[in-house]
Amino acid sequence: MTAGPMAAGPITTLAVVHAGLGSPSSTQLLATRLAEATQNEVARRQAPDLEVRSVHLRDVARDIADNLVTGFPSARLREVVESVTGADAVIAVTPTFNASYSGLFKSFVDVLEPGSLAGKPVLIGATGGTERHSLVLDHALRPLFAYLRTIVVPTGVYAASSDWGAEGLPGRIDRAAGELADLLVGRAAPTPTPASASIEDFVPFDQLLAGR
Amino acid sequence: MQFGVFTVGDVTPDPTTGRTPTEAERIKSMVAIALKAEEIGLDVFATGEHHNPPFVPSSPTTMLGYVAARTEKLILSTATTLITTNDPVKIAEDYAMLQHLADGRVDLIMGRGNTGPVYPWFGKDIRDGIDLAIENYALLHKLWREDVVDWQGKHRTPLQSFTSTPRPLDDVPPFVWHGSIRSPQIAEQAAYYGDGFFANHIFWPKEHFQRLITFYRERYEHYGHGAAHQAIVGLGGQVFMRRNSQDAVREFRPYFDNAPVYGHGPSLEEFTSQTPLTVGSPQEVIDKTLTFRDHFGDYQRQLFLMDHAGLPLKTVLEQLDLLGEIVPTLRREFAVGRPADVPDAPTHASMLKAVVR
Repeated sequence: MTAGPMAAGPITTLAVVHAGLGSPSSTQLLATRLAEATQNEVARRQAPDLEVRSVHLRDVARDIADNLVTGFPSARLREVVESVTGADAVIAVTPTFNASYSGLFKSFVDVLEPGSLAGKPVLIGATGGTERHSLVLDHALRPLFAYLRTIVVPTGVYAASSDWGAEGLPGRIDRAAGELADLLVGRAAPTPTPASASIEDFVPFDQLLAGR
Repeated sequence: MQFGVFTVGDVTPDPTTGRTPTEAERIKSMVAIALKAEEIGLDVFATGEHHNPPFVPSSPTTMLGYVAARTEKLILSTATTLITTNDPVKIAEDYAMLQHLADGRVDLIMGRGNTGPVYPWFGKDIRDGIDLAIENYALLHKLWREDVVDWQGKHRTPLQSFTSTPRPLDDVPPFVWHGSIRSPQIAEQAAYYGDGFFANHIFWPKEHFQRLITFYRERYEHYGHGAAHQAIVGLGGQVFMRRNSQDAVREFRPYFDNAPVYGHGPSLEEFTSQTPLTVGSPQEVIDKTLTFRDHFGDYQRQLFLMDHAGLPLKTVLEQLDLLGEIVPTLRREFAVGRPADVPDAPTHASMLKAVVR
């Protein structure tokens, strides 16, 4: 258990994955804000500090494309994948491209082993040029993470360009972070899923053969 | 230890000329490669089985029967035989027939296939892949060992009083390997029967196959066929050689960059550092191949992929000449320090001797 101030177990980790492309990037900015808010909310609950691992998908963009082609991750990408699949919770933020998550963001999800995020608390976020794309969270990201069998917190955070100069965004960030903190503090650390088909899951042959 | 070549049988344009061989040319070139394999002293030629373009070898026993008639020593094998979508009764018959024609120079590597639509084309469901591999092989195993078979399963019509003919040569069924790139169930299957396990080991990093082979070895011992280090392991490999390393890299690069499986992805340099692919001088190929034993333990069979990605036949035959030059060194070096109780890969002769004894 990592929950509670008395816990001396393994460190609780939070992977913050974002698919921002620009520099500076508003997607990166939102991801950072969400991570900081989550750290604060966890601290407010008197839980041990979170270890935050930031993943900037642009840094491994070519590795992701290579993985799609070859079927295996480079050493660098494997490290990134393991830092995400081995985390206790994930914040995932993407820019909105053509009414959906970006291709880079989806390609990263596509190279993860099936089931490797199952049961993990996830906070979803997205950025876009205008407010008119805000349903990308609920029409694209939420179904994707439901398919991955993650536990998506009720509040997703969408930030249009105009939100960076308006009221409301900090409140939504804090609410979402609080929801993620509640899940993190109240739960046991997940068992890390191996990066590829688990040999430990084998079925003895007499069961496979089933009397044939 | 056995050395050989395995071919996928792809019809791929030569990226340096844009020319695509005809199916006839490709089929004849596969035969030429098999004959060359015998000429340079290799032990094994294995053909793939595919039922869709751009591949030609849909009928492996037809090809292997032809090669059998034109060779004397070469072991004829498959890489792989589709245990999922073929009728196990037909596999039992075809390969027993081949065994007789080839005087026992036959074994098989079972696989599930890598093309989804092949399942529906042959009336099967890909979601049953593992179950088909298990049921079909259980039946095949029985058909080769019991003269009269009564059998009922989930995936084919039942058999009552069925005898598969011809019976295996000398009543010794062909040795079987099971190939898999990710399923522990198939390693478990190979271990259960005391069959061989073949890791394709071409396109992925070695760590991936180390886990599967270690598991297969442990389970082989569990099922009482011998100690883990005595399990029967085969590995794939892929090389391109020229006398000078730089010449090999320069010549192979366009084929690598456009290869159907990994082209348009990582660079040649990245891929050779991450996977068993070796492009360089004969000595570099020797050095890299010898590391396989460090990673997987003493093993029984090493097959090389030499003829894909549109490489012209002339180049492939030159590659085989170079391979023929280094194989004696590989044999010698692999024998150094090999424990006396590590068996060779079973052959018809060795299995017959074991029965008679």
